[in-house]
Amino acid sequence: MSAGGPLSTDGLVQLLTADGQRTAHEQFDPYADHLTADDLRAMWRDMTLVRAFDKEATSLQRQGELGLWVQSWGQEGAQIGSGHALNGQDFVFPSYREHGVALTRGVDLVEVLRIFRGLQHGAWTPAEHHFHLYTLVIGSHALHATGYAMAMAKDGLVASGDPAKDGAVVAYFGDGATSQGDVAEALTFASVYDAPVVFFVQNNQYAISESATRQSRVPIADRGKGVGIPSVRVDGNDVIASHAVTRWALEHARSGQGPVLIEAFTYRMGAHTTSDDPTRYRPKAEEQLWAERDPIARLEAYLTSTGELSDDFRTEVEAEAKALGERTRTTVRAWTKPDTLGMFDHVYAEPHASVEAERAWFDRYQRSFADQEATR
Amino acid sequence: MTTLDERPATASGQPATASAPGKPASAARPAPTTMTMAGAINAGLRAAMERDDKTLLMGEDIGALGGVFRVTDGLHKDFGDDRVMDTPLAESGIVGTAIGMAMRGYRPVIEIQFDGFIFPAYDQITTQLAKMHYRSGGAIQLPVVIRVPFAGGIGAVEHHSESPEALFAHTAGLRIVSPATPQDAFDMIQQAIASPDPVMFFEPKARYWDKGEVDPTRVKAQLDAASGASTGTAEMSRARVAREGSDVTVVAYGPTVRLALQAAQVAADDGTDVEVIDLRSISPLDSDTVVTSARKTGRVVVVHEAPTSFGSGAELSSRVHEQAFFHLHAPVLRVGGFSTPYPGAVFEHDYLPSLDRVLDAVDKVMAH
Repeated sequence: MSAGGPLSTDGLVQLLTADGQRTAHEQFDPYADHLTADDLRAMWRDMTLVRAFDKEATSLQRQGELGLWVQSWGQEGAQIGSGHALNGQDFVFPSYREHGVALTRGVDLVEVLRIFRGLQHGAWTPAEHHFHLYTLVIGSHALHATGYAMAMAKDGLVASGDPAKDGAVVAYFGDGATSQGDVAEALTFASVYDAPVVFFVQNNQYAISESATRQSRVPIADRGKGVGIPSVRVDGNDVIASHAVTRWALEHARSGQGPVLIEAFTYRMGAHTTSDDPTRYRPKAEEQLWAERDPIARLEAYLTSTGELSDDFRTEVEAEAKALGERTRTTVRAWTKPDTLGMFDHVYAEPHASVEAERAWFDRYQRSFADQEATR
Repeated sequence: MTTLDERPATASGQPATASAPGKPASAARPAPTTMTMAGAINAGLRAAMERDDKTLLMGEDIGALGGVFRVTDGLHKDFGDDRVMDTPLAESGIVGTAIGMAMRGYRPVIEIQFDGFIFPAYDQITTQLAKMHYRSGGAIQLPVVIRVPFAGGIGAVEHHSESPEALFAHTAGLRIVSPATPQDAFDMIQQAIASPDPVMFFEPKARYWDKGEVDPTRVKAQLDAASGASTGTAEMSRARVAREGSDVTVVAYGPTVRLALQAAQVAADDGTDVEVIDLRSISPLDSDTVVTSARKTGRVVVVHEAPTSFGSGAELSSRVHEQAFFHLHAPVLRVGGFSTPYPGAVFEHDYLPSLDRVLDAVDKVMAH
């Protein structure tokens, strides 16, 4: 690992060591001490569920049921830890690998697969979950998140002092996105307008095949410094630290102190997508090294050492994961192609002459075959 | 019948501005006034901001300076930082953050300083702004207006005279309009802001200081009656027959409408009766109005400043050929910019459609 570069482990906040020992941290312990055994078990459960779902979706892609799948495997700690720090009034702008965060926002994971089966481009109502649609163009949504946060501030939903009212926005993106101009512009806008937005960067070390060293010479968190945004590096495979750091950042933003940048240092255990082949660009030994830092195993070790993970609970969650896998399989396989004319819907909010004319023509065209069939 | 007290509320929940209570509406109706196009847009922005407090302006130098063309003059003083936002110098950032604000119910009206500076925002406009309503299955509306001072004729340096409207018209999800008169500028900017769809509002900068009569009552009555239901989208999308004629149809929009009317005047002296259609809208394209005219005259010339190759005139020509082929006496001709970058200012009057080139095209179609 290059010293001081984007792959260094310098300055990472860690509350749980790789082998599951709880370590003390003066600044961030106060943001983790409230966590009860129930809270930690809930995080373990969510991480376990999203990983099971992820495996199932990968299998479905291999069976030809999905066009593509984007695995979250390995990043569950960063996603579930931060997701559990959010309140209902906060609003999330995910990239496209944030299945773990989706779960914490109450999105039915199975529904996410509608996108990857090509049925529709968005599969949930963002306002219902305070969870925006996946954005596939890298980094574009960092600006949407910033604008949304600026609007929350205009609406008086920041710094009112009422914890039931004050909210913030979290934008999730990766190390590759930090090279995008839109992310640089988002940092600038957020900074000069004091927008209540947390930029949560999962540095999973690869943008498809390119190392994070091709995106930056300095740790990703340093990007915030140049525009005056407080930034912190956290061990993204430590679900407790990811949670604590996000909780701190959200309090900062909700209270009107402006944006925060979090770099969660983690590892993408799977391929970029099911179309990718990591054997062409990264060594097996590296994957093995990161397998030993697994976020689920780490919390499991901790909860086992404290006697807070009973066999009954494990069995219960395992059954839940199995049921989710089964429901995923049967639901996806049962999905059929909706009415073709639906592809003309919602291009505009009000009628547009070209779209309407083409819809009417295509309808007549399709019906002409039905008429031929009928007269045969 | 609706009395003044019962008039519908605006989208923001505020009662629509009423004329003096107890008097008939006609008594309080302001008389038409003479305005420049820039002044008409300024007045239209002001009216939209008074109508709906969610309407806000974003752009570079639009605050204390009033914009490089002074179109937002005085609005910052009256509406403040929160509603007239001088932004960082980053076009993608402006459009991207406007999208986020629109998601929370705001109606951002963006000023892009010059046509040639819009391209840093091209990605946000085409992949995000245009597609969000479709992507979300109709759950997210983005009523964002992007004002673009465009087209040439002002002796400017590079990137300050371009006509990129066709690039955006090729993207589903955007509405593309361009006013040609102060009256339309006043009406259409308010209709664009009231529309629930993203609208690109191309302002012919060479026409900013042309004067014309503006009657402020028509669009007000229309938007008062709409009350959030039908917003004026249809109104601004309808082409206008700017001059009736029977021999040739000349179709123009934005900066070339005045040129088309001048050509019609000159042609009339030669005994050719030219009908001039001001499209107003590029997307959607009101081909019905053009096709009706083409069936009447049998001859069509399209005039725009943008390069003719792959331009909006090519699309219009194709539609006329498809829908009025057997009424045509001559092929549809296009008069426009060439397939070169916009040249240096000393060449621009050779590059741009001129009175002679329009008349030459009229003569050609009349020769058949």
